[in-house]
Amino acid sequence: MTPAPRFPVLLWLPAALAAAFFLLPLVGLCQRAPWSSLATRLASPAIRDALWLSLQCSAAATTLSLLFGLPLAAWLAAGSSRLRTAVRVLVTLPMVLPPVVGGVAMLLAYGRNGLIGSAAEPWLGFALPFTTPGVVLAETYVAMPFFVLAVEGGLRGLDPRYAEAAATLGAGPGRVFRTVTVPMLLPTLRSGLLLAWARALGEFGATITFAGNLAGATRTMPLAVYTALETDPDAAITLSLLMVGIAAAVLFPLRRHWLPSR
Amino acid sequence: MPLPLLRRLSLTTLTLLITLPGACTKPTPAAEKTMVFAAASLTAAFEELAEAFAQGHPGARLDLHFAGTPQLVLQLQEGAAVDVFASADQANMQKVVATGKTTAAPATFARNRLTIVVEKGNPKGIAGLADLSRQDLRVVLCGPEVPAGRYARQALDQAKVAVASRSDEPSVKAVVSKVALGEVDAGIVYVTDAAGAKDKVDAVAIADEQNVIASYPIVRLQCGHAEDPVGEQFVAFVLSAAGQAVLARHGFAAP
Repeated sequence: MTPAPRFPVLLWLPAALAAAFFLLPLVGLCQRAPWSSLATRLASPAIRDALWLSLQCSAAATTLSLLFGLPLAAWLAAGSSRLRTAVRVLVTLPMVLPPVVGGVAMLLAYGRNGLIGSAAEPWLGFALPFTTPGVVLAETYVAMPFFVLAVEGGLRGLDPRYAEAAATLGAGPGRVFRTVTVPMLLPTLRSGLLLAWARALGEFGATITFAGNLAGATRTMPLAVYTALETDPDAAITLSLLMVGIAAAVLFPLRRHWLPSR
Repeated sequence: MPLPLLRRLSLTTLTLLITLPGACTKPTPAAEKTMVFAAASLTAAFEELAEAFAQGHPGARLDLHFAGTPQLVLQLQEGAAVDVFASADQANMQKVVATGKTTAAPATFARNRLTIVVEKGNPKGIAGLADLSRQDLRVVLCGPEVPAGRYARQALDQAKVAVASRSDEPSVKAVVSKVALGEVDAGIVYVTDAAGAKDKVDAVAIADEQNVIASYPIVRLQCGHAEDPVGEQFVAFVLSAAGQAVLARHGFAAP
């Protein structure tokens, strides 16, 4: 058995600084948290509404990312062409754009006077801005790129011989995708979904711009934190701790299979 | 022989870590700048005020920072080094006075009024506050924590008009842009905001007896650069005839 390579000593300091950099804000939150009134604060209807809305919307955005992002990622990974490169840049755009600008762009496209928003309104029966579906759309806009890029990378890393073998044995492209590609891709799919979900849960800029800030309908946890910060910082800290708790509760049990690790 | 990449990288990092703190201890010219925190609705007026002030005070360097008043107060409470603070309401100013960092009593330097903003051409025929309760209208206000949102609700309550805001917007600017984009039919902002965006939105006046007057207080703080007289001079300039003329040009009323 070969000994594990030793960690270079010179990297210890920057690595520890990086870890401390992420730890200290969390310590700051905990130190300022109103622990004595935490329980009563968490039970308030405003927090319950925001939490429930956040969980629903981020789950819906993650589902949409899977349903539409997986086929897109599969197409992107299926070859290389100028069109694919252009579409990949397009998908990456929401990761680069400030989410607030993404929100404005969404208004211009899906808003009441938007490119397709005005045509979609009579068909949907409502305009998307200031509604819960609007929140889901805004979250999907910023979250799906993480899923698509992760899955495309995973697909390109797969050994093509398995799919080829299945095809030689007579499986059609749909069956190969379902029975060979997707099972082999599962670890990547999980981590892609988790990334997308985490991004959707924390989404703020596109949501407040596109969907507005209305308690019970569009005020998700991050918006509630922002709103509370201006009147009641203790409530904002409570909400932030709750978000940290949710993230820990989801990430910790899933760490083995869902987070990229080795 | 070239070092392995990892070792080279860690050496660079270490060198940076050792040299950077040393570089920061030298006094920088930026430290002499005077920091002014002002409410978002003052943006255009204060930019012009700072320019005029700079002409009369060649050595002075002002740094302007604009945001919703509650956000400024939060940053102040958390220790931002600020020399001058201009608030959009008295309630938020009181919070700053409570920190004990002010050097004198705040002085009111301007007043503002509310107005309704509507899409260009007023397609929905909105004539006044009472119309805002119409079922066919989508209306947004600033959130109740933002001064403009609180004033708007106060005005609506006084006029006994029930309006369900479609969203609690974070600033007057956000309300104006939602109206300009046509996402909503109407919003309530300050007269000065409507004047600043008159090529994008139209204003519908709110009758005097229904209107709420916002007053803007300004104060000098000692948490900035105490020995520096520029902050004091800037406050005096805002209150002077020349400063008041600039504010009037932007639609503000005298205190």
